[in-house]
Amino acid sequence: MNMQQKFYWLFGGIGALLAIASIVGWLLQRRAPDSATIANLTARVRAWWVMVAVLAVCFLLGRSATIVLFAIASLFALREFVTLTPTRPGDHLPLVVCFYILLPVQYLLIFDDWYNLFAIFLPVYGFLLLPVLTASGGDTEQFLERVTKLQWGLMITVYCVSYVPALLLLQIPHYSDNLLLVIYLLLVVQISDVLQYVFGKLFGKHKIAPHVSPSKTVEGFVVGGASATAVGAALWWITPFTPLQAAGLAAVIVLAGFLGGLALSAVKRSLGAKDWGSMIEGHGGMLDRLDSVSFAAPVFFHLTRYFFEP
Amino acid sequence: MRDTHPRDRRAIARPGLTVLSYLFAVLVRVLVGARPQWIGCKPAPSLRIYYANHTSHLDTLALWCALPPSLRAITRPVAASDYWNRGGIRAYIATHGFNALFIERDKDKREGDPLEPLLQALASGQSLIIFPEGTRRAQALPSPFKSGIFHLATKFPDAELIPVYLDNLYRSMPKGTFLPVPLTCSVRFGAPLARIADETKELFLERARQAVVDLA
Repeated sequence: MNMQQKFYWLFGGIGALLAIASIVGWLLQRRAPDSATIANLTARVRAWWVMVAVLAVCFLLGRSATIVLFAIASLFALREFVTLTPTRPGDHLPLVVCFYILLPVQYLLIFDDWYNLFAIFLPVYGFLLLPVLTASGGDTEQFLERVTKLQWGLMITVYCVSYVPALLLLQIPHYSDNLLLVIYLLLVVQISDVLQYVFGKLFGKHKIAPHVSPSKTVEGFVVGGASATAVGAALWWITPFTPLQAAGLAAVIVLAGFLGGLALSAVKRSLGAKDWGSMIEGHGGMLDRLDSVSFAAPVFFHLTRYFFEP
Repeated sequence: MRDTHPRDRRAIARPGLTVLSYLFAVLVRVLVGARPQWIGCKPAPSLRIYYANHTSHLDTLALWCALPPSLRAITRPVAASDYWNRGGIRAYIATHGFNALFIERDKDKREGDPLEPLLQALASGQSLIIFPEGTRRAQALPSPFKSGIFHLATKFPDAELIPVYLDNLYRSMPKGTFLPVPLTCSVRFGAPLARIADETKELFLERARQAVVDLA
């Protein structure tokens, strides 16, 4: 099978899954028309159709469209983060620089195949530049807090998320379908989220972190995570990995994604919000969908780079 | 005379919506969200005066873009002549982009009643967007209102006065800055201000302001 055929098989499969989810949602809604949980479930499925369609179109358009797509996703995620973070008028310049210079440059470095600068641009030079710009505003009130929050938001929403399209930079011997690697990562992370949510709703009894993320349960995590790992292993044919390696990497993705969801949920709550935004119906904001991705992407990238690039 | 062709009638119903104004709506949505929240009323084509707190140059555009296109076509933002009507790109945007109605703030340049163009627009059935503070303030809550809104309200007792609170825009583009920071801003529409007969100007202005504060 060439890449094109694998792509159609994958998206055909995802379409079939979503069709089943839509039908189940429709049946459930007929049985319990007033249930808020089921209304949310059908809204989520509808939003999934849209997200999968957008991703499919971008992947078909190729490498550039995929990089641009994640740059836009970063923009929306950073927008949500900054909206919830208190800023002062003196933060205007660093904010403008984050949105209009640092974010585009980070993604341009992927276009440019410049991995060495990509990896240090925000953690080193962004880190050094932002406090300078903030200081130039002349406002020292809560200076360290303000700089820290902005840097933190930039690292999660831009740096970590940009590791998804950075998978296109990897040069793995006998493997050139890097777009499939992007799909693999997204699929395992999102299926893990969905299955943990579903199994948590069905059998969840023991909450893992009731104060941080009340919807995460031990049952949901174990059963959902194991199923997602199995799905990841079963998808070995779109990756350069053997089935066993695929299972191992999927398990790492699941774990990193879970921890990312947990950490970002804590951040969200400390900012006094339940959802990051409202742009994706039923899911909340862009960052509610990208929280696990932002943690899983760098880990998956570096493991693959370390073990599979010569 | 020929009967009005259906397409012409539609053109009359939407005099202000150019391609530029649709482009603006998209740009404003991406940059600052401008998500409408209809808390106290529903979007309706009745004669309305939307009045809001004023913290940023983006306010006018954000409020206007939060309206559905059909209402955008019959609603005219009132813009300060000394800022928006200074010729060049700005005046072009104001006239062709969001169909602005200019008001003269400078007392020396005024000829006759500065509210006259607003009254004419209302009389011809167009709704208005006004910022009764008169100028931008760098704060979350509005300052005391100027009396213009009182005169408009007295002359048009049937117009609905809709309080609007613009959230976050003062963070996106504070006074003295030129590039907006993308933030999710919401535009909250409250219930029409009740009309009380024989109310004094001071009481009315404070009550109108309080209606905006209540949405904050």
